[in-house]
Amino acid sequence: MTMNTTYNRRSFFKVSALAGGGVMFGFHLLQTQQAEAGLAETLVNTSGLNGYIQIDSKGIVTIMSANPEGGQNVKTSMPMVVAEELDVAWKNVIVKQAPLDTKNFVRQVAGGSQSLRFSWKALRTAGATARQMLINAAAKKWGVNASECTTSEGIITNAKGQKITYGEIAEEAAKMEIPKDVTFKNPKDFKIIGKSTQNVDMKAITTGQPLFGLDFKREGMLYAVALRPPAFGQKLDSFDDTETRKVNGVKDVIKFGDKIAVLATSTWAAIKGQRALKAQWKEGTKLESTEEHDKKMLAFLDTPSTAPKRNDGDVKAAFASADKVIEKVFQAPFMPHNTLEPMNFFGHVTAEKAEFVGPTQRPEQTRKEVATLLGMKEEQISIDMTRIGGGFGRRLMWDFVLEVAEISKLAQKPIKLVFTREDDMTCGQYRPASKYKFRMAIKDKKAVAYHLTGTGTNGQNFVRETFFPAGAFENLLMESHNLESNITIAPWRAPITNFLAFAEQAFFDEVAKEIGADPVQFRLDLFEQARANAQKGMKFDYDVDKSIGVIKLAAEKANWGKAQKGVYQGFSTYYSHNTYVAQVAEVVLENNTPVLKKIICAIDCGIVVNPVAAVNQSEGGVIDGVGHAMFGDFAFVNGKPQANNFNKFRLIRMNEAPKVEIHFVPSLNDPTGLGEPTLPPVGAAIANAIAAATGKRLYGFPFVKELGTQGS
Amino acid sequence: MPTYKLTVNKKKYKVEVDADTPLLWVLRDSLDLVGTKYGCGIAQCGACTVHLDGKAVRSCVLPVAAVEGKEITTIEGLSEKGNHPLQEAWATVDVPQCGYCQAGQIMSAAALLASNPNPTEEEIMTAMQGNICRCATYNKIKEAIQIAATQK
Repeated sequence: MTMNTTYNRRSFFKVSALAGGGVMFGFHLLQTQQAEAGLAETLVNTSGLNGYIQIDSKGIVTIMSANPEGGQNVKTSMPMVVAEELDVAWKNVIVKQAPLDTKNFVRQVAGGSQSLRFSWKALRTAGATARQMLINAAAKKWGVNASECTTSEGIITNAKGQKITYGEIAEEAAKMEIPKDVTFKNPKDFKIIGKSTQNVDMKAITTGQPLFGLDFKREGMLYAVALRPPAFGQKLDSFDDTETRKVNGVKDVIKFGDKIAVLATSTWAAIKGQRALKAQWKEGTKLESTEEHDKKMLAFLDTPSTAPKRNDGDVKAAFASADKVIEKVFQAPFMPHNTLEPMNFFGHVTAEKAEFVGPTQRPEQTRKEVATLLGMKEEQISIDMTRIGGGFGRRLMWDFVLEVAEISKLAQKPIKLVFTREDDMTCGQYRPASKYKFRMAIKDKKAVAYHLTGTGTNGQNFVRETFFPAGAFENLLMESHNLESNITIAPWRAPITNFLAFAEQAFFDEVAKEIGADPVQFRLDLFEQARANAQKGMKFDYDVDKSIGVIKLAAEKANWGKAQKGVYQGFSTYYSHNTYVAQVAEVVLENNTPVLKKIICAIDCGIVVNPVAAVNQSEGGVIDGVGHAMFGDFAFVNGKPQANNFNKFRLIRMNEAPKVEIHFVPSLNDPTGLGEPTLPPVGAAIANAIAAATGKRLYGFPFVKELGTQGS
Repeated sequence: MPTYKLTVNKKKYKVEVDADTPLLWVLRDSLDLVGTKYGCGIAQCGACTVHLDGKAVRSCVLPVAAVEGKEITTIEGLSEKGNHPLQEAWATVDVPQCGYCQAGQIMSAAALLASNPNPTEEEIMTAMQGNICRCATYNKIKEAIQIAATQK
């Protein structure tokens, strides 16, 4: 069912009235929600305006959430921004998930910690524009000047004290001309933004209502579980499905490419059918192993690059005249994302159209890829987004959507593709394995030159040449080497920096110790050098004052240098996704084993839209970082992953989670990212605290392996 | 296929499934009770936790043949109006991030509080050790359980 609206590029709003007494400032409605609306509708067409607002005659406001929600709280915090500028009471707001709609929304992506930052202005514009139209309609009705009207919580008041509610004037407002320029609220006057607001899906989550992709059902659909090559580099030779077809509920077995899909009337029948398949595999490309990757990457670390990412000053000369050179190598394994909801997607492909429903962080790109695969136009393809049971970057990829498209097309049926945990962990898309070599030239007890070489699998750049310490050294060289591999990779929460930050900040701690400097003061001095170098024209991407601000806040809150007896502190700081973070880890020794107790974390992310969720997200990033630094390990032997479920891959659990203290720098600046930035620095905070406690330095994940303990 | 008579959330159901079908898939695929989640299939993550005669069990490894005649409670049946003290505490603390594991977390916590109304922090951690939260909301989960315990 399509809406009775016509699209006119020259008009900002297009009005299409239906029976009823309300108005919608907005775009497509999902079919199920259209019936609920049953009100007059207005279509907004403006670049950059990407939320939509519906107000019924009683003043109930429906705000569409455009971006995929996977735990970042965008489904709550982004509508909060719209509601703020619209000036309504949050209790009168209903939030609904929008489908993929590139005509009317921008960047429907959950990635890069950018949802709020990119949409901030568009969300405010959506709210403020709608508010102005409501005011204009009321002013016209009263015969007064719009400028004399004020609003508060969905009520318009004029100079004489007359009042009208948004619900009462909504239908008239829809017919008003679209204001070109609207004024935003002064952040000091925010009533909703900055106030802790409960997750809009709370009740559904705590009572087990269908929300996630895995929960989606369609009458007549079959469940599909696929068998894929067990090792990277293998191809399907032949298979025997005799036993599979004997399984109760199995309806069909379909070969697609080098994979075999088992179609059944239940998930369990499909899983049993998959397990009963007998397949022979042959080598297609080389079967790679971690051991061989390690050798090749270590060799890269000693290989000068012909195209350095950054080359400031004269690094060669600075190292040649150094009193001492400190050189350390850091190593990271591959890492699966392990979203708790395994990959899954619903797809129904017919000759005319293709419909998809499920958890994706990147629906627009996914639709493009599906269109190419199916030879269809994008207009023939719809993607509805369910709540995402964890993304961490895995669902920025679209492999599982292509699979269900192919299976549904071949089967000519609606299909729900489900990955078992084993499928999910072994079928690819990992954080790349990487290694770094850091070299620091020391002259007169000062760090004077910096040389970083990075390498990893399938990545164009393993260093960050515009981030700190770029700018802090007059002599600085950053190089990167790519190791090509047939093991597929994907962004993983805070790509590259999730390990680079640990390595860099652990290295700085060691350098500070070596030259007898306090680790915090050592960083502060480097940032002051960056400030001085910036004045000389050196370019970099971070703000010196904000960097120093979080360092000082973390040090102050943690009582840096004045820890209780028996408590050992480690410091780390990192800027990523436009957000500044500094952390202090506190470790104690129990039976001579270091135990992590607490992380104190200072953050500058601009305005904090929803404090309760911001704390949750930041704390989650910290503990996620702790878990993968402590336990995360993933190796390959002859192309085959060595872990396939949670009995072999260790994720952090409750008793291993440290206490976390989150402190935000008070700010009225536009919001920046929060989904990722607290993760990168945490490994170094822990490692530096462990070094303070035991003297032992850690140079790779997982720490438990380096420490030779079980960890806790 | 054999038929099994199940009592789930005080309602009686008849399902026709293979004897080895894990309760998890009977709940999700046959009974449309999708609040109980699939996470690992090998009783390692706790996303599929339900109550069997009041005790927390992992439904992903529990064959349907073993649960006939027992009282099964899922997240959908934990309370009539979604107002179990834990469900309310979860909202107070604003526990979830992605939310996928939370039904299993709440069911594990509910079984704990039913047998031990005032658990220590240690006891909470022991009882919740089998439940993974990939978003790492652990400290909030602990806090919510402590709040619910004081309100019972």
